[in-house]
Amino acid sequence: MELTELGECVSSLSCVVTQLAAGLTIGMLLFLVASGLTLIFGVLGLVNFAHGSLYMMGAYFALAAYGPTGSFALAVLAGTLGAALLGLFFERFLLSRIYGQDVLMQLLVCYAIILILDDAVKIIWGADFRNMGVPPAFLHPPFIIGGGIVPYFYAILFGITALIAAALAWGMGRTRFGRIVRAAAVNPGMVGALGINTTVIYAAVFAIGAGLAGAAGALSAPIRSVVPGAGVSIVIESFIVTVIGGMGSIGGALAASLILGLTRSFGSIGFPLFVEGAMFLIMALVLILRPSGLGGRRQ
Amino acid sequence: MSINTSTRRGVLGAAAAITGFPRLGFTQPRQPIKIGVPTILSGRVAQLGISSRNAMQMEVEAFNAAGGLDGRPLELVVRDSRGAPAEAARLAREMITSDGCEFLLDGEASSGGFAVHEVVRETGTLTLHLNAETSSLTADPRQRFWNAFRVARQGVHDSIAGGYYAAQIARQRNLRRWMTISPDYAYGRDTTAEFVEFAKSFNADIQVTGDTWPRLFQADYTENITRLSQGRPQAVYSCLWAGDLVTFVEQASIFGLFAQAQFFAVNMADYTTLQQVRNLPRGVHSGNRYLRNFPDVPANLAFATEYNRRFNTFPTNWSWQSATAIRLLTTALRQVGGTDPRQVAAKLKGMTIESPFGADGTVTMRAEDQTLVGYAIGWGTTVSADPFVENMQKADWATILRLEAEWKRAKGWS
Repeated sequence: MELTELGECVSSLSCVVTQLAAGLTIGMLLFLVASGLTLIFGVLGLVNFAHGSLYMMGAYFALAAYGPTGSFALAVLAGTLGAALLGLFFERFLLSRIYGQDVLMQLLVCYAIILILDDAVKIIWGADFRNMGVPPAFLHPPFIIGGGIVPYFYAILFGITALIAAALAWGMGRTRFGRIVRAAAVNPGMVGALGINTTVIYAAVFAIGAGLAGAAGALSAPIRSVVPGAGVSIVIESFIVTVIGGMGSIGGALAASLILGLTRSFGSIGFPLFVEGAMFLIMALVLILRPSGLGGRRQ
Repeated sequence: MSINTSTRRGVLGAAAAITGFPRLGFTQPRQPIKIGVPTILSGRVAQLGISSRNAMQMEVEAFNAAGGLDGRPLELVVRDSRGAPAEAARLAREMITSDGCEFLLDGEASSGGFAVHEVVRETGTLTLHLNAETSSLTADPRQRFWNAFRVARQGVHDSIAGGYYAAQIARQRNLRRWMTISPDYAYGRDTTAEFVEFAKSFNADIQVTGDTWPRLFQADYTENITRLSQGRPQAVYSCLWAGDLVTFVEQASIFGLFAQAQFFAVNMADYTTLQQVRNLPRGVHSGNRYLRNFPDVPANLAFATEYNRRFNTFPTNWSWQSATAIRLLTTALRQVGGTDPRQVAAKLKGMTIESPFGADGTVTMRAEDQTLVGYAIGWGTTVSADPFVENMQKADWATILRLEAEWKRAKGWS
C-alpha cells in the first residue's frame, strides 16, 4: 500500500487531472461493453458469456477496414456494424433457441461461440497479435491542464464514448423503441399480447448490445493490441460492472464502469498491487450491502 | 535365446539376398528422432513462437538434407501452449509419453519454461530451454539437473551489460531519478532487480523512485503509464517484451512519456517489436535482441537473408536462440553417434561451436551451470527506419563473467 502517494496525488491538481482523465476514458470504454451485456441480460435474460468475443471482433473488423482506407471513422463504423451483424446472426441461429433455459446451457453455447470466433480470427487474420497504431490524425502532443496530462486521443475517445452513452440513454428513455424494450424487460408476455413482435425486439436488442461491444473494440484498437482471445479480460470486467451496477441497469452500468475506471487509475498510485483485488472487493461489498446492485431493482 | 538387433538385421539381409528380395530390410525408412517443442503460437507473443519454429525448421532441414544422424532425420513435434504454463507442462508430458519424443526443445518464455523444467526433472528427458531468460533457471543450483540446458540469453548477462550502459548514459545526462515498468512474473521481477542492482553499482547516483508491474499480456497500460508520469522520472527502465512492449510504447507515446524521460528497454531491438510499433520513438535505449547487423558478420547477415527469403520476415531473438539450440544438439548427436541422452548431455556440457551470433564468432554451453555464454550483447539507440538501432556499444564478456560470478557468490549460488 502506498497511501501516502495517493494522498499526495489527490491533493495535487496535476495528478488529479491525469488520473481522472485516464480513469474516465477507461471507464467509458468499459461502459460500452458492459452496457451491451446488461442490456441483453435485462431484456433477453441471457447471460452472454461470448460478449467479449464480439468486442474482439469489433477490433478485427476495424483493423480490416482501417488497413485499406486509413480512415478511423470508417474503422469504427465497420467494427460497430460488423459486430452487430455477427451478433444478429448468432442470436437468430443459436442463442434464440436457448432463451429461458438453464444457465449452464447458455454457458455451453456461449463458450462454443467464443471458440468458433477465436479460431475464425486465427484463420483469417493469423494467430499473432496485430497493432493498428494511433491514427496520424490523432498524433498530437497531449493537453496539459493544470499540470496534468490528457492525451489528445483519450480526449477523442472520451468524447465519442460519451456521445454513444448519451444516444443510448436517449434511445432507451425517450423513444418508442426504448419504451417497448423496457416494457419487454419487465413483461414480455404483455408486450407480445399488444401485438408487438418480440422476436424482432429481441434480435434488435442483441444486435445493439453486440454493436456496442464492437464499437468499444474498434475504438480501443489503436491503443490495445488486437489478438485472438482479447475479449476474455474485458468480459470479466464487464461482468463485475454488471453485478455492481445491477443486472439490466444501464445507468448502474455507467456508474459502475466509472467507479472501476477510477479505481484502476487512482489505485495504480495508492495500491498498485491490489488494483484487481480492489475491483472484486467493491463487487463483494455491493453484493453484501445492496445485492441488486447500484441501479438494480430491489427484489 | 534372444537375438540382438544387428544380428537380426544381418539374418534378414542374408535371407533377402538368397530369396530374391534384395531390398527387404534396407528400404525401411530410418526412424526419425522426434523432438518435442512446446511453444507459444497464438496470442500477444505468437510472433516470437512462430519465429522460433521457423528457425528450427531451417536448421533441421539442413541437418536432414546432410543425411541426418546416420540416416535418421530429425522430426519436430511443435504444439501451441498459448503461453499458459499449465498447458506447456501438459504438452511437454504428452510429447514425451504419447508422441515418443526423445528430446525436448522448450520454446516457452520463462513463465512456461519453469513448468516444463519441472516436468523434465521428473521424466529425465534431455531438454534445451530456448527462450526462458530468468537467471535463476540455471544460476540457482537447486534448479539444476543433468538433463536441462539453457540456450537462451540470460537475464543477469543482459542486466550487467545494460546496467553498465545505463550508468554511462546516466552520468553523461545527469539522470538520477529512475522508475521501472516490467511484467509481473519471474523474468520481469528478477531481471529488473538485477538491472537496478548493476546500474547502481556502476553509478551510485541512480535512485529508483518508483515502479509499476503490469500483468503479462495485460490489455491496457494506461494505469501504469499515468503512474510513471506522476513519478516524473528522468529515466524509465523496462523489460516488457514483444506485443506487450509494442502496446506499451503506443500508449506511452500519446502520453508524451518519451519526451519526458529517457527510455531504456532491453527488449526493444528485435524485429518483431521494431516493425510492429507504428510510432517508434527515436532515441530509445535498447539492448540487442536480434539484429542482422549485430554482430556485423557475413554469417549473421546470411542467416537473416535466408530466413527472410523463406518466411518473408526477419528473425527474432527467439530465432537465433532456437537455431543455436539445433546446432548444439546436432553437433552433440553426431559426436555421440546416437541418441543416448546421458551421452548427449555429457557432450553438450562445455561444448563450443562456431556461431554467427557469438560475440567472437563462437558460443559456449558453459559446463558449470549448463547455460549459454559468449553470445553477442550490445546496447544502442533506436531510429525509426532500418537498421532501427544505431551507435551499438558491444558489451565486454570478461566483465560480464566476472560480475556474474560475484553476483552468484552474493546469492550463495556458487
